[in-house]
Amino acid sequence: MKTLVWVEHDGSAVKDATLAAVTAASKLGEVHLLVAGEGVDGVAQAAAQISGVGKVHVADSAAFGHALPENIAPMIAELMASHDAFVAPATTTGKNIAPRVAALLDVMQVSDILSVEGPKTFTRPIYAGNAIATVESSDAKLVLTVRGTAFEKAATSGGSGAVEAVSAGGDTGISSFVGAEIAKSERPELTSAKVIVSGGRALGSSEKYEEVIVPLADKLGAALGASRAAVDAGYVPNDYQVGQTGKIVAPEVYFAIGISGAIQHLAGMKDSKTIVAINKDEDAPIFQVADLGLVADLFNAVPELTGKI
Amino acid sequence: MKILVPVKRVLDYNVKPRVKADGTGVDLANVKMSMNPFDEIAVEEAIRLKEKGAASEIVAVSIGPAKAQETLRTALAMGADRAILVQTDDAVEPLAVAKILKAIADAEAPGLVILGKQAIDDDNNQTGQMLAALTGWAQGTFASKVDVEGDSVSVTREVDGGLETVKLKTPAVVTTDLRLNEPRYASLPNIMKAKSKPLETKSPTDYGVDTAPRVKVLKVAEPPVRQAGIKVADVDELVAKLKAMGVHS
Repeated sequence: MKTLVWVEHDGSAVKDATLAAVTAASKLGEVHLLVAGEGVDGVAQAAAQISGVGKVHVADSAAFGHALPENIAPMIAELMASHDAFVAPATTTGKNIAPRVAALLDVMQVSDILSVEGPKTFTRPIYAGNAIATVESSDAKLVLTVRGTAFEKAATSGGSGAVEAVSAGGDTGISSFVGAEIAKSERPELTSAKVIVSGGRALGSSEKYEEVIVPLADKLGAALGASRAAVDAGYVPNDYQVGQTGKIVAPEVYFAIGISGAIQHLAGMKDSKTIVAINKDEDAPIFQVADLGLVADLFNAVPELTGKI
Repeated sequence: MKILVPVKRVLDYNVKPRVKADGTGVDLANVKMSMNPFDEIAVEEAIRLKEKGAASEIVAVSIGPAKAQETLRTALAMGADRAILVQTDDAVEPLAVAKILKAIADAEAPGLVILGKQAIDDDNNQTGQMLAALTGWAQGTFASKVDVEGDSVSVTREVDGGLETVKLKTPAVVTTDLRLNEPRYASLPNIMKAKSKPLETKSPTDYGVDTAPRVKVLKVAEPPVRQAGIKVADVDELVAKLKAMGVHS
């Protein structure tokens, strides 16, 4: 089987989510990559180094600059004439583009796969991860999105893929990019961080989040996260949100501070290797999944922890 | 401008799903069912656009069993003008739903189709994008802000790392994310009024769409259970355990 993997990038570097998708695709067969964008030579060169990669298709055009699905999906559908599976990481970009490709191919997409069980058989979460379905596609071609935390990351070196240009399609003119507000920070990204410190509603304010959560994250070189309750209450921006409706993470260590552990939050972090919970309510559901639990007032315990660790 | 709002009847978001013992799915017998929360946000957004004068009529559509009428009545009570039920007892996949919606969109000629980004039962996150592909329209997915400006619509999208704004020519498809709005509750008088609003019943064959599933569910199982660990007595013990695991500054 010949797969075509969507390379998620920021214009200069390949993003980690791509590497998990490459691993998933390699379980199906030959791995080809698609780098689409404007001025993406550097990304294509880096992508060609990914371990196990065959060909790297490069679609370089102003029309592909902001990954507008209206322009990109028809180009992918055309490339799929010579591939058997389109595999995209389940990022907001992948989730935006892949179903559009699937419909153009008259294929029912399999979303957010957790494992590859056979050439057309996969597992995937349903009901916010409260159930796991094993599904089998009957379509001639596959369109898949891949949950990044469920697969190992492919090595970023050792490969020697041949780079090949794709004749670029035009701009459909029905959509245009206006602008973006992407938070820039020195911190590791939530979805690739080794340690994450997350705060919940119990913090009570954005000032307390800054005062209690941020210093611990600084000390551990951790990414910052939050529960949906804390985001909805306005303590932190919405891209901090960990959960079924936010980011799905699986760091080495996840600190859940003042987070009760709603199902929707657990769905986003329960694959973390070690979960540490600090909460003053000893009956909080978060303690049912925590490896290390401390029943304490976070306003005392967290500064003390920051001082001693 | 007409707005089409597809809505789905799903297990209420407050109910914990129980996997059936025979592994065929999640038990939906005798449990509370409601409108998919993302679709509620879609209905609300359509109503707000109508209240602002940007829309003239709101048509709610549901593809599902006879009981999906209740879901449509909820949309009507919130403020939709009329409803179409495409009745079927089969589970209809996003691709087939998108094909039915395409046929309805061809007939109704809406300026916008607003729908939830995903249903909270199968979590596919596909229908809106597929409908946009089939109609050849632009798509604004995971919307947190929608502004209609003449013959275009500006959509702010929730993307990894922040927000992105795109401008789409109408007709277009918009899928809703959580922070787009807070849906209203229907008032009692409006619930009463909704009972007399028009609701048309159709079937997938009326639209010439084959709803046979392409993806077969072989098994549904409980997720692996994570074992609770230990409780530490104080911060010192927590620090000691963390340092033993190699976690320190």
